[in-house]
Amino acid sequence: MPLFKTSRSVEAKIEGFFDTVAEGGLVFRGGVRAYIEGDTPAFDKAIVNIDELEKRADTLSQEVETHLYSHSLIPEHRGDVLGLLENTDDIIDTAKSCLYQFSIERPDIPQEFHKGFLRLAESGYEAVEAVICSGRAFFKDVRAVKDTLYKVHHFEQEADDVGERLKGSIFASDLDLARKIHLRYFVMNVDKVSDQAKGVADRLAIYTIKRMI
Amino acid sequence: MGILLFLSSGLFLGWSLGANDAANVFGTAVGTRMVKFRVAAIICSVFIILGAVISGSGAAHTLGRLGAVNTLAGSFTVALAAALTTFWMTRLNMPVSTSQSIVGAIIGWNLYSDSVTDGASLTRIIGTWITCPLLTGVVAVLLFIFARWLIGVTRPHLLRLDWGTRLGLLIAGALGSYSLGANNIANVMGVFVPDNPFTDISLFGLVSFTGTQQLFLLGAIAIAVGVFTYSERVMRTVGGGLVRLSPVPALVVVLAQSITLFLFASERLENLLASHGLPTFPLVPVSSSQAVVGAIVGISLFKGAGLRYRVLGKISLGWLATPILAGVVSFFLLFFVDNVFDQKVNRSVLYSFDGVVAEELFRLDIMDPGLGKFTGGEFTNAVSLKRDLERSTDLAPGQVTRVMELAQVDKWVIDPDVIAQEVDSHWLTRSQMDALRTLSGQEYRHFWRFEQALAALTDEWLPRPRATVNKIWNKSLDKKLEFLERVFQVEENGPRGGN
Repeated sequence: MPLFKTSRSVEAKIEGFFDTVAEGGLVFRGGVRAYIEGDTPAFDKAIVNIDELEKRADTLSQEVETHLYSHSLIPEHRGDVLGLLENTDDIIDTAKSCLYQFSIERPDIPQEFHKGFLRLAESGYEAVEAVICSGRAFFKDVRAVKDTLYKVHHFEQEADDVGERLKGSIFASDLDLARKIHLRYFVMNVDKVSDQAKGVADRLAIYTIKRMI
Repeated sequence: MGILLFLSSGLFLGWSLGANDAANVFGTAVGTRMVKFRVAAIICSVFIILGAVISGSGAAHTLGRLGAVNTLAGSFTVALAAALTTFWMTRLNMPVSTSQSIVGAIIGWNLYSDSVTDGASLTRIIGTWITCPLLTGVVAVLLFIFARWLIGVTRPHLLRLDWGTRLGLLIAGALGSYSLGANNIANVMGVFVPDNPFTDISLFGLVSFTGTQQLFLLGAIAIAVGVFTYSERVMRTVGGGLVRLSPVPALVVVLAQSITLFLFASERLENLLASHGLPTFPLVPVSSSQAVVGAIVGISLFKGAGLRYRVLGKISLGWLATPILAGVVSFFLLFFVDNVFDQKVNRSVLYSFDGVVAEELFRLDIMDPGLGKFTGGEFTNAVSLKRDLERSTDLAPGQVTRVMELAQVDKWVIDPDVIAQEVDSHWLTRSQMDALRTLSGQEYRHFWRFEQALAALTDEWLPRPRATVNKIWNKSLDKKLEFLERVFQVEENGPRGGN
């Protein structure tokens, strides 16, 4: 059954795609931690890893897109699925771009803000992990999507709170304005990962309603 | 006019049938984009041809509904009227029942030829408009609830669900196409069987291909061409015009249609259930075109999805218009063919109340003082005779029909050559065949006399007592007798069917 084989292959590619993005979330968290802790070899490894993962995610999402169109699979949900994959792919793109900014600009983060940055990266990772669970559920058990969707909102909110507090602390410190602005920019960049996860979650909520009708 | 010219209207009817009825089996699959039109058209065509050749023409006894029309030119015109009506409805993208346009066209012929229209045909048409969509709608809703529950329990991956639904749509479509070919080829080509221009051929002495199979293959190809060239628009109306269907409901619609047709129209199932002492489903008139629309409407109402009432109204109007339009077109075409081309579109039937009929009426205890005025008389107009009988006697409607059947006069010659060439010995039982051969060379003025002669030779030519278990036997016996009536009937100047 060629069609069955294609379906199984696309199914595996979608799973692989989610695995890759979830791994990207882990690498992102590890990379931020390595940078904060000054572990340069670990940070460099994270840069290499996220680069590979981002490329793999791109390839997988393109392959899924090609298969869905060329075999006219899931015509009813094809647009939604491709939108979901594209937006999920943006998460790993954002994570990669964030780590690259750390690598290029090498911000000097004072010890007192380390904890805040680590917490921010952790919340971002948690949001990514939750949205990946929701994404998988969209394919396998659509009713379970909402069970994890609220977690994404929770961690995104947590990241926003941590970010706001961190920015407040940065601007309340004695650092000069240029450094303050530079650090704020990094707070916003790390926070972007959870924002991106929330964007995917918002779309998923709509796609899920469409699937359940 | 040659047989090939007459065949052309059968082929046109086949083409119209393909263009319209393919939507019943593949409409929802194509409308939901689960199956590409090309793929649907290929599968549909292949299975229509297989169904027509394998199951539609297994024996040369399938005369179809047009069998009621008693000349070839009449059949040509009736088929043309039905085809034109179906074609017009297809142009308007409306799914209509080809069977109903055929019945409508035959009613037109009945009116033109002063033949009696069977009241059951009219009841059947109206019943199909109402009961069939209602039943299918209910079945579709139940099936949809079950499908939703099943998906909730098994939780298949979206792609696996898509694969399963697609496979289901393809299998249901293929089987539906097979039965479309098997059940409708008789309507398209059955009437031309007695005048079949094809002869049996044998391929390397291994596979034999009968003339009927070749004729039916030709008809099936016409249906397939109809599917390819013109069915896409009706498919899209069925699959997306009424309501935006998603794939699972699309499959539910096709399954609900098949289940309804199987449960409420299958005498075989009724017989099977009855023979095991199980309760049977009531048999109701169903049509796949009405069933599909009923299923879609049922699911849409259940889900509260936006049903396009304008399209539904248009389709319902199309159902109403089809038999009426076919009847009117048929009547005028018959007038035209009869008067302009001077072709005999009907053969007048004579009713004679001779002594044999009087004796038989007495034997059957059909007696009424009013019948006296008919004794010895001859009548040629069936409609006025029926009216006179109803006015002058107190006979029940069934008895009036029986009296007319008994009084009908024609000429039947049991020609041994016809037995050898036209009668399929595998279709009749050995005793039935022996009885038929015994009567070789005999001539009959009343067909019922021939029936009695056959029954006197073997019980197997006798109808069995009225009971559900005997329904299939009796129906098959009726078909066999109807076939014999047709093949042994001769006109004064030669066999039936000549111009």
